[in-house]
Amino acid sequence: MKVTMDRIVSVRNVNKIYASGHQALKSVNLDIQRGEIFGLLGPNGAGKTTLISIICGIVNATSGHVSVNGHDTRNAFRAARSIIGLVPQELTADAFETVWDTVTFSRGLFGKKPNPALIEEILKDLSLWDKKNDQLMTLSGGMKRRVLIAKALSHEPKVLFLDEPTAGVDVELRKAMWDTVRGLQKSGVTIILTTHYIDEAEEMADRIGVIRAGEIILVEEKNALMHKLGRKELRLDLRAPLTTLPDNLAEFELTLNDDGSALCYNYDRAKEHTGINALLTALSNEGIAFRDIETSQSSLEDIFVDLVNDQS
Amino acid sequence: MNWPAVKAIYGFEMARAWRTVMQSIFSPVMSTSLYFIVFGAAIGSRIQEIDGVSYGAFIVPGLIMLSLLTQSISNAAFGIYFPRFSGTIFELLSAPVSFVEVLLGYVGAAASKSIILGLIILATAALFVDLQIAHPFWMLTFLVLTAVTFSLFGFIIGIWADGFEKLQLVPLLIITPLTFLGGTFYSISMLPEFWQKVTLFNPVVYLVSGFRWSFYEISDVSVTLSLTMTIAFMLVCLAIIWWIFKTGYRIRN
Ligand SMILES: Nc1ncnc2c1ncn2[C@@H]1O[C@H](COP(=O)(O)OP(=O)(O)OP(=O)(O)O)[C@@H](O)[C@H]1O
Ligand SMILES: [Mg+2]
Repeated sequence: MKVTMDRIVSVRNVNKIYASGHQALKSVNLDIQRGEIFGLLGPNGAGKTTLISIICGIVNATSGHVSVNGHDTRNAFRAARSIIGLVPQELTADAFETVWDTVTFSRGLFGKKPNPALIEEILKDLSLWDKKNDQLMTLSGGMKRRVLIAKALSHEPKVLFLDEPTAGVDVELRKAMWDTVRGLQKSGVTIILTTHYIDEAEEMADRIGVIRAGEIILVEEKNALMHKLGRKELRLDLRAPLTTLPDNLAEFELTLNDDGSALCYNYDRAKEHTGINALLTALSNEGIAFRDIETSQSSLEDIFVDLVNDQS
Repeated sequence: MNWPAVKAIYGFEMARAWRTVMQSIFSPVMSTSLYFIVFGAAIGSRIQEIDGVSYGAFIVPGLIMLSLLTQSISNAAFGIYFPRFSGTIFELLSAPVSFVEVLLGYVGAAASKSIILGLIILATAALFVDLQIAHPFWMLTFLVLTAVTFSLFGFIIGIWADGFEKLQLVPLLIITPLTFLGGTFYSISMLPEFWQKVTLFNPVVYLVSGFRWSFYEISDVSVTLSLTMTIAFMLVCLAIIWWIFKTGYRIRN
């Protein structure tokens, strides 16, 4: 996919301290590239919703700056907000309104001329068309979530924030939603989504950011992360511990662990030649015997859990 | 200026009134009719004319004011409190609207509703008593000014309130007593001199007096003073709302 490399959202040194005294964001810097799907991962309470709320103008930052498409979200809030669509994490809806009215309302609120044909198309895309005259309180949770998506799309945003869009949505519908999101990306919309489902981030995102306790601790291309994910580790428990690696094993990427009693070899399992044969041959040539052999794979989930649990 | 947004908010608020038409129109009309029966017919027949106006006719402007004040406040307060309470306010906060659009939408709708209501009560009153309106233009001016001013006041309460009790508290504990003590059912010249002075601190006195003057050309305080006080209160409310939006008080935490 072709992603033009200019940034559409830029977050600079944003801090947020809530009235309670809790610091929810610590000097956050983040750039979102135009046209990408950015996955923001992080445990409960990490500050994902707070960050999104600050970008969208719902929460005031304690300090720092945010600009959207070059417009400062404070000084040029009209220009900045008019291109942003937001699907919030909480299901909030005016109980007595109908689907059609609430989606039409959103379009008006964002300053757009009425366009019933567009709203019809959006409702049909989200399988809400037959519900258009139903009051919101009569809808199920998953339907309400889709109404919130329809509201956000009604004003044709250029940047769409999806705060846990698939929470409480069944598997089939989740796939349909992913398709909708990809379709939006094709039409030029930049998408930022938060999720707890790592497979969702893997499936959807071009880049992934991890936030923990108010700090962004990693931002990386998904493919680079997937590369790490594609790697496996071969671990050999040695009969006799080694102090140094023999010279003719230098060509392998080996590490000595556990005081020399284990040899670890990293390899790419997707490769035709993983080098395992050559390594085992080389080991027996050196007369190094081993008691046990074990392979393991790191997943994005492991990487994520490691990052998040890392106390340093 | 984002006019589609003003239209959207205004339309939404008016539609909400229509859904609750029983509560927003019928109940005030009903209670006003009861006031006429009790104060106008039953008690009024025993009270002599005030400044040449029959008691039933005398209380009409005050009764309209009573409904206008309480309805403006509660309409506007509920209008903005409810999205805060239900969480739907996120959309308003993330929309490209400034406090001007929000005010025109919410306060405009609340004021429109209470003006319509005031006119309905006026029509209801005409069924009970002989009405004459000496200055229709000023009558409408006072009606609109009061509706707008107290809708602004209600809007502030809707932002300030953090529970339904507080929302009810101000209209119940402040506005109703001020209205009853503000010359709605009597001319303040009927009070002992000391209380006449105290009453001048009650802003409702100026509203009722000016409004009554537009009907019968009788007033407790000068019309210019009435107008000045009303506009002054309106400007104070506007300043407070401007500050609320500037600082994000209770809306952008
Ligand atoms: N209005 C508020 N007042 C005080 N503290 C708040 C407020 N909103 C959020 N917080 C705190 O800020 C921190 C970050 O919250 P936030 O909602 O941004 O987390 P999150 O990453 O979205 O979590 P989740 O995955 O559960 O949605 C939490 O510790 C939360 O308790
Ligand atoms: Mg959240």
